[in-house]
Amino acid sequence: MAGRREGDDGEPGGVLAGLGWALARDLRLAVRTRSELAVQLLFYAIVVTLFPLATTPERTLLMTMGPGVLWVAALLASLLSLPRMFALDQADGTLEQMALSPWPLPAIVSGKILAHWLTTGLPVVLLAPLAALQYGLDGEAIAVLVAGLALGTPILSLLGAIGAALTLGVRGAGGLLALLVLPLYVPVLIFGAGAVDAVRAGLGADANLSLLGAGLIVAALGAPFAAASAVRIALD
Amino acid sequence: MGEFLSMGGYGWYVWMSYGACAVAIAAEFVALRARRRRALDDAQASGVDAEPLRAGAAR
Amino acid sequence: MAINWYRYASPATFYPVAGRLAPAFGALAAIFAAAGLWIGFALAPTDATQGEAYRIIFVHVPTAWMAMFVYLVMAFWSALALAFNARLSAMMAQALAPTGALMAALALWTGAFWGRPTWGTYWAWDARMTSTLILLFLYLGVIALRGAIDDPRRADRACAVLALVGAVNVPIIYFSVQWWNTLHQGATVSLTAAPKMASLMLAGMLVMSFAAWFWCIAAALWRVRAIILERERGSAWVAALPETNLRAA
Repeated sequence: MAGRREGDDGEPGGVLAGLGWALARDLRLAVRTRSELAVQLLFYAIVVTLFPLATTPERTLLMTMGPGVLWVAALLASLLSLPRMFALDQADGTLEQMALSPWPLPAIVSGKILAHWLTTGLPVVLLAPLAALQYGLDGEAIAVLVAGLALGTPILSLLGAIGAALTLGVRGAGGLLALLVLPLYVPVLIFGAGAVDAVRAGLGADANLSLLGAGLIVAALGAPFAAASAVRIALD
Repeated sequence: MGEFLSMGGYGWYVWMSYGACAVAIAAEFVALRARRRRALDDAQASGVDAEPLRAGAAR
Repeated sequence: MAINWYRYASPATFYPVAGRLAPAFGALAAIFAAAGLWIGFALAPTDATQGEAYRIIFVHVPTAWMAMFVYLVMAFWSALALAFNARLSAMMAQALAPTGALMAALALWTGAFWGRPTWGTYWAWDARMTSTLILLFLYLGVIALRGAIDDPRRADRACAVLALVGAVNVPIIYFSVQWWNTLHQGATVSLTAAPKMASLMLAGMLVMSFAAWFWCIAAALWRVRAIILERERGSAWVAALPETNLRAA
């Protein structure tokens, strides 16, 4: 799957310029609408708080559930902000210009994905230690949780971008996006939450974290192209 | 016959499995026929006023 | 080289071909199913450990295999559809999705009814059952995306991208679920069927698998015919079809 651009593919300057431009633009937009970012973080905090209320405050059980709950909450928080990734640009016509620009579209999409991670994934990574304390996880488990989230949440943004582009301007996009994207998140969830479980079981999290890292590389190399072709499909 | 149906005490499990498969395949078959009939009806409805009808029929 | 594939890639040409092939594959499916049921119920011996309950294998394994196989075939047609912008390939992918979803659902259903007598529970978080459930979600996602997009050409290409992304992910999902399952060996769920299967059991399973395969082909061909009619209605060749004219009379 090559990003079918006419003239200038293979020119590294174009790739970096496109990525940087989209990144800067989306970060600027995010700062302007920072209350929405706060809403996503609050959402994460509330979901994490609901689970003990729905089950039990008992410590051993919370420690068992904790990694899974924190990861599921991270998936949902990432999902919540996905529809915005392309929809705003499509509404004001910027997306059309991006597709016509001399920069390769996959590079621009990569910039938008990076911006999405910086504004929604990274805050969750930073908030996770606090939430982990609520679940009674100890220092090593928290370190592995954070490492796993740091490697895994970018994959969520990468895969999510494909879903966001495919559901662009489609009927019932929000629910559909969840149906498309959540099954694809399964391996990330398993390796991420599994890393913390492995540490708690005394097995070491190296294998899980390596798999997440490999997944991140593969997703970073593939997803922008798939998302870019999905954007083109949505535009014509 | 009763012995066959009881499947050595596992009749419920065996026949629920096979029954579901039979029902599902039959339902898919019926749904496909219904879809074809609907498609033909629609094709007819939109085909009547389609002017290239004669050109196609002459083929 | 003798066959002009591009000729068959036109819906108008493929429509009558599919019309001849579908009943043939349907008949083959019926014959193989009859033979498979005969082998499975009349010839295959009772299993030493599972008694008669094991006979569910003759529908469970074929549907589970087809659930996976149909997804691969759907991804193949999707790739062709994207690469060559081929309408018929996209229609084939569209026609396969519901049948694949049905196979996945049946594999889960029969698995549950096999699991209850052998494992003591309808649902176990067994690696294969869990993967099949996620596969079913992937099918439903493709079908839902198709339903949400009005423009058929856009739906074709969007579903093709989704099917390909899913196809890349399916092995990773299977691997990860396997990994997760071995990490949590708490519930002792292990399949006891594998070691030495009587050759008649194996034969019954294979014959039934062919029956399921032929059925999937027949169903997909029937569905693709309906899809062609839906999409090409108003075109001259559809209006000239004997079946549309007969009904007008």
